[in-house]
Amino acid sequence: MDAATITSWMREIDASVRAERDHLVQLDAAIGDGDHGTNMTRGFAAVVQALDTDPGSPPGKLLILAGRTLVSTVGGASGPLWGSALRSGGRVLGDQEVFDGGQLVEVLAAALASVKDLGTAAVGDKTMVDALEPAVEKLRARLADGVPLGPALEDAAAAAEAGMRSTIPIQARKGRASYLGERSVGHQDPGATSTALVIRALQKAVVQQNS
Amino acid sequence: MAVETNQMRKFLNDPARVVKESLAGLAAAHGDLLRYDVAKQIIVRKDAPKKGKVALISGGGSGHEPLHGGFVGLGMLDAACPGEVFTSPVPEQMLAATKAVDGGAGVVHIVKNYTGDVLNFKMAAEDAADEGIKVTSVVIDDDVAVQDSLYTAGRRGVGATVLAEKIAGAAAESGADLAKVTDIVKRVNDRSRSFGVALSSCVPPASGKAIFDLPEGQVELGIGIHGEPGRRRAPLGSATEVVDVIVEAVLSDLKPKRGSKVLAFVNGMGGTPLLELYLLYGEVDKKLRAAGMEPVRNLVGSYITSLEMAGASLTVLELDEELTKYWDAPVHTAALRWGV
Repeated sequence: MDAATITSWMREIDASVRAERDHLVQLDAAIGDGDHGTNMTRGFAAVVQALDTDPGSPPGKLLILAGRTLVSTVGGASGPLWGSALRSGGRVLGDQEVFDGGQLVEVLAAALASVKDLGTAAVGDKTMVDALEPAVEKLRARLADGVPLGPALEDAAAAAEAGMRSTIPIQARKGRASYLGERSVGHQDPGATSTALVIRALQKAVVQQNS
Repeated sequence: MAVETNQMRKFLNDPARVVKESLAGLAAAHGDLLRYDVAKQIIVRKDAPKKGKVALISGGGSGHEPLHGGFVGLGMLDAACPGEVFTSPVPEQMLAATKAVDGGAGVVHIVKNYTGDVLNFKMAAEDAADEGIKVTSVVIDDDVAVQDSLYTAGRRGVGATVLAEKIAGAAAESGADLAKVTDIVKRVNDRSRSFGVALSSCVPPASGKAIFDLPEGQVELGIGIHGEPGRRRAPLGSATEVVDVIVEAVLSDLKPKRGSKVLAFVNGMGGTPLLELYLLYGEVDKKLRAAGMEPVRNLVGSYITSLEMAGASLTVLELDEELTKYWDAPVHTAALRWGV
């Protein structure tokens, strides 16, 4: 994997959050304030634009640029959270031109660590961590078992989607949904939902590049 | 042409430009008090930076007008950073505002307790410190409807924000130093409690849809300022009954001393007329007196709103002599003006 992988990952995210914009807005309106779809769409459109202005940078630098762009265009909680996640992930890669599956796991693990640190959230709080953490763990485990990257990413994306669905019956403990108390039960978390889209986009980008 | 959807009838040109166009209008109306920096997306007091004066900035999602831009001016804020509707602004805006108003005596960030606002302001404060500007941050969290526990993001910042901006703004104007102004913001927050109720939802321009449906005859109790549903829903009683619930929620948490002098702030959420807000104030005043409080100051009107939501909130601030003095001090902003 290389810089092109990152660019096509960001393009896939842009396309999928735009396609799912209204769904994300709907989920957020139920337990938040209804801006998540709009914010993610605005942010990743800006990321795609920013990457176009910076051809030739190594993958780590592209992730850092993407993260910076999210921080400066999204606002809300998702801006700093996804912004810090991508910046932390990008720093793992330094200046290297290519990276392998093991390093991809480290990128995602660094992203997860920064989200948990900044948001002080853990699995079960009904946040994006509920989708991100199982995806990172699944990818790490499958690669350790010797599974090739493509199928391992497929499993990671499925784990993120399962994590996303697992937020439905739980009561939110973080973010704006936590203000609802018990009334947040029965709704799928919008942050976990967009996180599952981000992991699915990664899987699609890698499959495309290898086909 | 206005923009209309099934649930939305608003004066708009383009939903994506509503915040920018509104800020341009604010600057057109109040050019004597403030300016709008379009590139940096901030509202700055006309005569900022004032050398030697501690500066105050605040910010947050738009949709709560007149908060915060309407409170920029003499004796209140030096700058405001408006985000998109109900979305926190970004650190670049806060950093630009901090730099624009720093007169060498330091800058206080007044932050409402929402995850997005807290995270973005935190990043901005770190950046400002890197540039050698003294910044203190105070998080406002006065909403008793939210349990402050491990299981929530903590109490929301609501009505006390307006009171803190006014009172600390006056302290800064009178020459108080950074530590003192910061302490005043904290003191106002510590001594204030709020509770809000809604009779309707609101419609964010970007989605064009109401955030929640409230069946006829129902009231949402414990709402915030983002159209989010409340803690619970109840049959709508008389105004007296609703005020009983609100005052009880506020006082049982604030636990003011008997005989305390208080400021009672009855705030409209955007869609409730003054006719009703004054009716509510009359009930609040009676109820506070019955509970042994002395409401010696008040504010009645729509100052921290949730778009066109119908509803109201009550904030009670337990005053002391110093806070009262700064409340009474001159203020000249788009939304609050007295003594000048």
